Amino acid sequence: MSSEHINLALNIWRQKSADAKGSFEEFKVTVSPDASVLEMLDELNNRLEKEGKDPVAFESDCREGICGTCGLVINGHPHGPLPKTATCQLHMRNFKNGETIYIEPMRAKPFPIIKDLIVDRSAFDKIQQAGAFISFNTGSAPDANAIPISKEAADNSLDAAECIGCGACVAACKNSSAMLFVGAKVSQYALLPQGQPERYERVQEMVVKMDELGFGNCTNTYACEAECPKGISVSNIARLNREFISARFKSNKDVA
Amino acid sequence: MIKLDPKVPEGNLAEKWTNHKFSMKVVNPANKRKYDIIVVGTGLAGASAAATLGELGYKVKAFTYHDSARRAHSIAAQGGINAAKNYQNDADSVFRLFYDTIKGGDFRSREANVYRLAEVSNNIIDQCVAQGVPFAREYGGTLANRSFGGAQVSRTFYARGETGQQLLLGAYSSMNRQVKLGNVEVFPRREFLDLVLVKGRAQGIIVRNLLNGETETYSAQAVILATGGYSNVYFLSTNAMNSNVTAAWRAHKRGATFANPCYTQIHPTCLPVHGEGQSKLVLMSESLRNDGRIWVPKKAKDNRLPNQIPEDERDYYLERKYPAFGNLVPRDVASRNAKYVCDEGRGVGGGRAVYLDFSDAFERIGKDGVKDKYGNLFDIYANITGVDPYEVPMQIYPAPHYTMGGLWVDYNLMSNVPGLFVLGEANFSDHGANRLGASALMQGLSDGYFVIPYTIGNYLSTEKPEKVDPNGTEFKDAQNNVKETVNKLLSLNGKQTVDEIHKRLGHILIDKVGMSRSGKGLKEAIKQIKELREEFWTDTKVVGKAESLNQTLERAGRVADFLELGELMAVDALDRKESCGGHFREEYQTTEGEALRRDDKYTYVAAWEYKKAGNWKLHKEALHFKNVKLATRSYK
Repeated sequence: MSSEHINLALNIWRQKSADAKGSFEEFKVTVSPDASVLEMLDELNNRLEKEGKDPVAFESDCREGICGTCGLVINGHPHGPLPKTATCQLHMRNFKNGETIYIEPMRAKPFPIIKDLIVDRSAFDKIQQAGAFISFNTGSAPDANAIPISKEAADNSLDAAECIGCGACVAACKNSSAMLFVGAKVSQYALLPQGQPERYERVQEMVVKMDELGFGNCTNTYACEAECPKGISVSNIARLNREFISARFKSNKDVA
Repeated sequence: MIKLDPKVPEGNLAEKWTNHKFSMKVVNPANKRKYDIIVVGTGLAGASAAATLGELGYKVKAFTYHDSARRAHSIAAQGGINAAKNYQNDADSVFRLFYDTIKGGDFRSREANVYRLAEVSNNIIDQCVAQGVPFAREYGGTLANRSFGGAQVSRTFYARGETGQQLLLGAYSSMNRQVKLGNVEVFPRREFLDLVLVKGRAQGIIVRNLLNGETETYSAQAVILATGGYSNVYFLSTNAMNSNVTAAWRAHKRGATFANPCYTQIHPTCLPVHGEGQSKLVLMSESLRNDGRIWVPKKAKDNRLPNQIPEDERDYYLERKYPAFGNLVPRDVASRNAKYVCDEGRGVGGGRAVYLDFSDAFERIGKDGVKDKYGNLFDIYANITGVDPYEVPMQIYPAPHYTMGGLWVDYNLMSNVPGLFVLGEANFSDHGANRLGASALMQGLSDGYFVIPYTIGNYLSTEKPEKVDPNGTEFKDAQNNVKETVNKLLSLNGKQTVDEIHKRLGHILIDKVGMSRSGKGLKEAIKQIKELREEFWTDTKVVGKAESLNQTLERAGRVADFLELGELMAVDALDRKESCGGHFREEYQTTEGEALRRDDKYTYVAAWEYKKAGNWKLHKEALHFKNVKLATRSYK
């Protein structure tokens, strides 16, 4: 582990509230290359607090890349320049001494800014509440091995279910599309036998909610997959489209 | 006057839960919608409880300080979840899972609770599969299992290294279904700050709306806390940044007794601390100890690089001291011995880290073989440290990881405060003095899906379904109490930041109330924590306002509570003059340096009643073992 500290100029987006006008504020910091971006911000905030100034508001929780709370846009990339890496796992050794770094919130109309680097991603919860579940009451489940599921189906379902709901896909997309996120959710259930009874209603309910909340459509630039910290595949978007079109023919209930 | 009644049902161990389910009163289906239930915390325990209570028809209000219910720290659990399915035909049974859990907890948990946990473990797996949790499968389509520490059977179900995430998303999806159906309302970005008692019963909560700083009041006929553990009292732990003890602690100050606070688990295989700016510690799965060999230089303050230290100048201390189990000794033994060698100055470069070396495994199965088994863990290590573990041995050090202690609950998971139920890591009930791997997820979901839905009905059937006025006197008083604390914190204009005080508290605790404890050290810790608490309330600087988003204020409130809890942990550890599980008292060890349990004097739960800051009264709940024989753990 290296110990030579590096000097950086940070340009951090400051914005008091959703309606206020925001702007970049510059800070000079000296930081250990072993620190993560978020630990660098912790140190900066401790300094600002000592000076009686307003610390930079940002969110994080697990700092292991799984909870999906963090998600800063660093030098134009959601979660920064390293592929398949969440902001909390991005260490300063990936930057050069003397570099200038731009740190912004995720920008998308359905994710309004709350303060500084914090955005409101509750739209994701609303989409999931619309249909991302299997209607099954506790206590009525058959034995877990009663329905065999092929290893391939289970693995593919888990590939989709690994989505951490951070919103990077939306922030990366020029259309603010949430189709990678919704596609991942729809795929997880569509690939499993347990997901079949509500398969076609689910996809319709979720797509309608997604549109209603102002997310855009996919125009196949694949920026979402490139920026996704879990590497969720765009094939989930293709599946979402197939499921949605099939639903128009096969669903017993016309939702959309 | 508090009297702790564990309310363990009569009858044979295996029939207690079945009999109890029948003898409990039920609320009729049409009446359930007249009852409001508050659930604080939306991790495995909270989300599963909220979902199931919603399904039953209760009106549930679920609170979380996260922006979304899906972010709770249950999500970070890697390894898996135990169940006594016996799908491997390897002689597993409910009784075996019960026995392993009781023994793993070093005979300091309640038999009846642990047996019920083992009993419902199978239902949990059924339930999660039905919800669409994509567990690992065999090629034939059946569920796969892996082995975990402390068990001789293969009973752990998993979803890659992301089991916690998948189980949490399952519980969250069930809860979302109830949101859509109108039975559950979720209140995100709300932090619990006080419990409201009306005529001695828990009937409401005060929360801070983290977006605008308003203190809001909510009422119900019962309150459930599922707010997790308190490892962050050490500042550096594997817990998430926001994990805290505030909900449990403020309930404790309203009368709920806090049980066994000194039982904390320090996980041996975590990444070492890199510097003062570090914010948390990262766990590496302990499966690494299957193939990695742990060693330190024989000489103190040896600054040579690992490849320059010849074989005969290395001390493989676990293999030397525990030839039978070697590097696979239980978590507490591995952690304690790492501390000892580092205390002697024999850590890496004289610091606080030991080597976890895979050279032998590279020779035996090749680098590709190691990559197959542990590739993702090696990647995590390289990502965080910037060092390639295929070339240079890993460095590891123990870190606080889980807390077995928590609010005292009876068999029904109700605290000694009527109407206040406590689930998951926040209660003390199932893991005794040490938790086995893959048992935390099991307990959270057992409590939420399969225990509370029954036991809360038994309680509510004695409560009239009359709406509780959230503007009543008790609520106004509690609200004022909260506002007073907030204003007091904001008036602090000293020189130190909240984090600085928190780090100092962490240093005291990890040093004196961590892996190894002594009467002398504990007394010093109590004195130092009292002084630090004084310093906190005079010399901290808390910036910002009450009526807005203020993360500094959030942290300050949590640290204020940690400063009180830290003292109680030391008080409890001082009282327990024996060594058991995660609690090791240096005065009580065998001649060979192993933990010495004192069953004649300490086979009890220590439940502490809050009197005032720095003053508690001890209540003891005697533990009775009728189905297992108390044995001494040996790993030689």
